[in-house]
Amino acid sequence: MHIPDGFLSANTWVSTWIISIGGIGYCIKKLSKILREKMIPLMGVMSAFIFAVQMLNFPIAAGTSGHLLGGVLAAVLLGPYGGAVVLAVVLSIQCLVFQDGGLTALGANMFNMSFIGSMGGYVIYNSIRRIIGNNKGVLIGTAVASWLSVVLASVFCAVELAISGTSPLQVVLPAMALVHILIGIGEAIISVLVVSFILKIRPDLIYNSKGE
Amino acid sequence: MSKKHIVLWILFSLILAFFISPFASSSPDGLEKVAEDRGFLEKGEIKPVFTSPIPDYTWPGIDNESFATGLAGIFGTLIVFGVAYGMAVIIKR
Repeated sequence: MHIPDGFLSANTWVSTWIISIGGIGYCIKKLSKILREKMIPLMGVMSAFIFAVQMLNFPIAAGTSGHLLGGVLAAVLLGPYGGAVVLAVVLSIQCLVFQDGGLTALGANMFNMSFIGSMGGYVIYNSIRRIIGNNKGVLIGTAVASWLSVVLASVFCAVELAISGTSPLQVVLPAMALVHILIGIGEAIISVLVVSFILKIRPDLIYNSKGE
Repeated sequence: MSKKHIVLWILFSLILAFFISPFASSSPDGLEKVAEDRGFLEKGEIKPVFTSPIPDYTWPGIDNESFATGLAGIFGTLIVFGVAYGMAVIIKR
């Protein structure tokens, strides 16, 4: 799901870059107020873990693979702002060091995965968590939000491709959504496994906006 | 987070990146597959605007493909850890 150079028109990649720079700046400002001591190493650990797991493409259907996005996973532990920054760091290193995703498209990739995937995913997760409550709410919220965040990110990616004139919306939107409905299942399984493990050993690491 | 937990989690990430990544599916991912099927893949096959030192998670100059991928994975995991940790320390100040 990392857009390479050449897929996006200049107006699309420039505007998504501007939105993403502003968005990351906002997240950093917010984080400086709410970042707690125990979250500092967790930021490093989660970023490293998500980078490593993103390398592990799993097969989904006929000749297609998918990999973890990790946006919801990061936000469940670090909150929406921390999650967005973690994804931005992972995407930047992947782009600059490993040629995964184009430099022109990095703004759009951050938009799709940091803001839609992680922050948007957090909003979905947190709503479900509040309705259901307790650990059950955390796990069901993680499952639904992980799956939906991947689908939503792919929808935004499709819209950007359509605006760029790369592929017509009626073609690229259903194609992207369909394949990511499947990839999202993998996303939900991995995220729930990790979150349920953390709930068992260190439940205090689950992000709580009240700071408890 | 205790030091023990940090070290264990990083170690686990490094093991995934080194030992498991060479076995990852090499099939195209979601976007790549759609681009291939819908005929716009070649639009992305231009020369990238910036050339990365370790393209495609393969350490250059190493013949053994699994080792080249695993090494890139270890390097990437550590660098991402360092950058994110460093950023968090600076943000907290």
